[in-house]
Amino acid sequence: MDNVATAEHTDFEENTIAHTSDMGHSTATVSRDVRKTVGDIEAENPRMICRGVNVHYGDKHAIKDVSVDLGKNEVLAMIGPSGCGKSTFLRCLNRMNDTIDDCHVTGSISIDEQDIYDKSMDVVPLRAQVGMVFQKPNPFPKSIYDNIAYGPRIHGLVEDKEELDHLVEGSLRKAGLWAEVSDRLAQPGTGLSGGQQQRLCIARTIAVSPEVILMDEPCSALDPIATAKVEELIDELRENYTIAIVTHSMQQAARVSQRTAYFHLGDLIEVGSTEQIFNMPRHQLTEDYITGRFG
Amino acid sequence: MNDTTQKRNTMEIVKANLAKRYAREQRFRAYGIAAISLGMMFLLMLFISIIGNGYGAFMQTYVKLDIEFTADRIDPEGTRTEDALSAGNYGGLVKDSLKRMFPNVKKRTPKKQLYGLASSGAAYQLRKMVMDNPDLIGTTQSIWVTADDDVDMLVKGHIDRTLPEADRRMNDSQISWIERLEKEGRIEKRFNITFFTAGDSREPELAGIWGAAVGSIYTLLVTLALSFPIGVATAVYLEEFAPCNKWTDIIEVNINNLAAVPSIVFGLLGLAVFINFFGLPRSAPVVGGLVLTLMTLPTIIIASRAALKSVPPSIREAALGVGASKMQTITHHVLPLAMPGMLTGTIIGMAQALGETAPLLMIGMVAFIVDIPGGAFDPSTVLPVQIYLWADSPERAFVEKTSAAIMVLLGFLIMMNAIAVILRKRFERRW
Amino acid sequence: MQATFLLIVLLALSAVGYYLGHHRSLAVSGGRISHLHSLPTYYGFYTVLWCGIPALVLFALWMALQGTLITHLVISGLPADIQALPSTELHLFLNNIQNMVSGNIVSGDITETMNNAAAHYKSLHSISGLLLTVLMLVLAIGGILWARKNIVPERRARNIVEKTVTVMLVLCSTVAIFTTLGIILSVLFESIRFFQQVPITDFIFGVNWSPQTAMREDQVGSSGAFGAIPLFVGTMLISMIAMTVAVPIGLMAAIYLSEYASSTVRAIAKPLLEILAGIPTVVYGFFAALTVAPFIRDLGDSVGLQVASESALAAGLVMGIMIIPFVSSLSDDVINAVPQSLRDGAYGLGATRSETIRQVIIPAALPGIVGGVLLAVSRAIGETMIVVMAAGLASNLTMNPLEAVTTVTVQIVTLLTGDQEFDSAKTLAAFALGLMLFTVTLVLNIIALSFVRKYREQYE
Repeated sequence: MDNVATAEHTDFEENTIAHTSDMGHSTATVSRDVRKTVGDIEAENPRMICRGVNVHYGDKHAIKDVSVDLGKNEVLAMIGPSGCGKSTFLRCLNRMNDTIDDCHVTGSISIDEQDIYDKSMDVVPLRAQVGMVFQKPNPFPKSIYDNIAYGPRIHGLVEDKEELDHLVEGSLRKAGLWAEVSDRLAQPGTGLSGGQQQRLCIARTIAVSPEVILMDEPCSALDPIATAKVEELIDELRENYTIAIVTHSMQQAARVSQRTAYFHLGDLIEVGSTEQIFNMPRHQLTEDYITGRFG
Repeated sequence: MNDTTQKRNTMEIVKANLAKRYAREQRFRAYGIAAISLGMMFLLMLFISIIGNGYGAFMQTYVKLDIEFTADRIDPEGTRTEDALSAGNYGGLVKDSLKRMFPNVKKRTPKKQLYGLASSGAAYQLRKMVMDNPDLIGTTQSIWVTADDDVDMLVKGHIDRTLPEADRRMNDSQISWIERLEKEGRIEKRFNITFFTAGDSREPELAGIWGAAVGSIYTLLVTLALSFPIGVATAVYLEEFAPCNKWTDIIEVNINNLAAVPSIVFGLLGLAVFINFFGLPRSAPVVGGLVLTLMTLPTIIIASRAALKSVPPSIREAALGVGASKMQTITHHVLPLAMPGMLTGTIIGMAQALGETAPLLMIGMVAFIVDIPGGAFDPSTVLPVQIYLWADSPERAFVEKTSAAIMVLLGFLIMMNAIAVILRKRFERRW
Repeated sequence: MQATFLLIVLLALSAVGYYLGHHRSLAVSGGRISHLHSLPTYYGFYTVLWCGIPALVLFALWMALQGTLITHLVISGLPADIQALPSTELHLFLNNIQNMVSGNIVSGDITETMNNAAAHYKSLHSISGLLLTVLMLVLAIGGILWARKNIVPERRARNIVEKTVTVMLVLCSTVAIFTTLGIILSVLFESIRFFQQVPITDFIFGVNWSPQTAMREDQVGSSGAFGAIPLFVGTMLISMIAMTVAVPIGLMAAIYLSEYASSTVRAIAKPLLEILAGIPTVVYGFFAALTVAPFIRDLGDSVGLQVASESALAAGLVMGIMIIPFVSSLSDDVINAVPQSLRDGAYGLGATRSETIRQVIIPAALPGIVGGVLLAVSRAIGETMIVVMAAGLASNLTMNPLEAVTTVTVQIVTLLTGDQEFDSAKTLAAFALGLMLFTVTLVLNIIALSFVRKYREQYE
């Protein structure tokens, strides 16, 4: 079994190499055509627009010429095999890659018609506008209350204690955590279970009332029950927010998203409505992945 | 619709607060830069102060005297035996020479001051010359002899000639003599060989660091010979053999604590155990080495353990897999791979030991020792203690000597650390 | 010299033993190494063990006991009237004899008895040396022969050698324990003897410290006063000054280097800061006494403040400089151990760098930082050379940093350097102070290390 999988994998890699070397022979414009994403990259009501995004880590070309829109009030799922660059791409959307020294981003990503990689763009308000939830739940080693209150406090969103209490409660309610923690807000956030911690992190993110929420495999460290709760939450949040989620689980993508983007080795291979991607993928690589021939 | 307005509001609030937050950010960053700069400034001040005070000590003032090797003074009996030659009045020769140059000095005190222009070491220098070559007797030679430390200080400009006479170490007539000597080209500054070849002395111009350096070398040799094998053995045991039990825990806690015990406490241990209980000689490098061994062991053990930890288990498994015994695995594979790290740790430990002073004061290495020690059991002192002793001396010339000795000590330390860094860079391995 | 010679001979014999053992194993193998249980090398080492270990053990015991034994024999050989002397005078007498033997200057007149005793001492010494040489040679050669006789193909030489090495490793690892034990016992015994002369309450709660021994019985304070409070206060004052310099600078430097600085700045600034840690304390002491103290005094004069030339401020300031790299490297480790995910969490919410540092990283790293600061405090308390050279000698119960104070370590050094008789309250007081110092630093270290360990476990 193992052997077969490996053989297939090798086979596939040869394919890609052939594919790449093809591009080597063609001119630059043609190569762009060859790599061009299958499907409709544009959303009906776009909130963020990415065009020709390239990311380099030192010498490594991690994201190759990716263009896609994030539609308003919709969940965009990004899927693909490990190391395909989907997380890297997600982290570009609120410039979290800035914290990595040799990371270099080109192309345009805009929100409200403003390029977020423009020199005049300030990352602090950007991240308040585009929030992020991480793969591993990362509550601060503070109380549950202080975890939620952290964002509003630093941004000066509330005037007094009462307003803050209200905001904390509201955020926890939206994250579906209120019932479980309302009686122990003063206890450390690190004492919660994994699923609760992740919902705490989501609550922490929405306490700043961002417009876009980026989620980087938010359920990969959670058990199935906790996963179900978070998925439910994502679905509810869609009403008010624009969400991009990176996931390893195709079922999850199918359950929570309206649109799906399939990444492969730094290329965005195909974008389309989730229904279409899962039912009739247009690109061979997407089909191979969906049908589980590799991944 | 309501929701959108709320969001707009949020962004407005966030943007409104930005200026204040960035100001705070700038301030915080400025604190960081200030902290780094302060640290650098202190370092710079330290070096400027030491080098500024000490560079002069590498030069020494010499006076040219016309010495008449009269037989009366040296060997009145005319036997020319070694004993007779070595008992000669060479100080008298120096005095005669100075008297001839300044015949006007008559009174007792000025005479004494005049004779004080040359160091008391000049007599030893002349004696050695005559002992080496008895034919000198009866001739007159121009000889450069070491000047007194006060002369040295004056020539180097450390005594302000413009001060009122009562406030300076040299009176007007002394200065006038020196000025005449300077005019006649009889005063010269030369490289100070004495400083690197002599032992300690009460006279700054005759004092050198060689005795202390040799003491340091013996002490370090003892330390190295004991601490390296014991440290490595302990690390190997703890890392490779020790079972996970209370005993091992106790040893570990002990080592970590010893690393933080004040060094002077090790000195108390050395005094009570090695000197008073075992009756080892006071002031001897061997006791110093023992004390420093106990002090540096934790450093070496901790570094060696880290080096052993960094050898991946796969290497051990590979060796065990081909049927090597555990001991063979360790001696053939693990130790050679961990050796650079262990050596680095050892060098750093030795550098620490070289700079250590306090525990050595406790075991009597502060004695005033003129002779160059001939072995690890001879009384001796070490470089940092020599620095301490000189720093305590009131003579201005010793300030210079102290700083120069510090420069030599720092030179050694920098060299050792540089070797450690190079070793680490050269053999650093990423698995 | 003789000892070195003996060891060299032993080394040479071991080499011979190795060769013989190796050779013998080949001889008994009948030409086929596979007939042997172990490789020939191990038979060589097996012989070396038999040759070296018994002789070395004898050597160590001899060296340890020889001094005491000879002294005893010399004393018992002395005339009765000298034997009856009080122990301090007897001690002095013996010291003189030792000085005579080693050719040093002898204090006082040389008497006939002294000459005799010195001769006795000398002869005992040479007899002992001779005896040791003979015994060691017998043991070493006997060992070789014994081992050689025992080499047969079935001898499990490798197992024996490895077992012995393991035992040696275990022995080495106990050195740390014996060191701690030695420290505790040596300071404890002398302290107990001190507390028999001076009540422990007087020592801990007394506010007068003047350990000088009086010349005459009727002099003021002829018994000496051993109230250590001024020393504790002085130590605390200087340590506090040091920490107020070192903690902010060290911590901010660590934060800047790990969170802000570019890799080039870090590559330059970090080693430079570490140079500060490598400078011997005696150099700092000299710097404090020569440069900083006069500077502070002049500064005080210029603003009309009376500053002592050995002010606590100067010593504390320089000690602070010495501790900066200590604090910064410990904080650096701790800050780097804070997981990146926490930083991401804060940045992801739109926190600025300083907000992330102050509100997330520092609180998360706090236990580790506290542990590091406690270790730094323990180092400040135990630091000796800076205060010996730059702080005062006279006890002074004050919290004014501009005055001269003295510290525990300064007094230990003062009491134990120079001429001393070992049993006086003055020297024993040094051990009592050492006990205090050791206890306080030990407690601080244990607390600090447990803080650091807990912190490490939290993020591992």
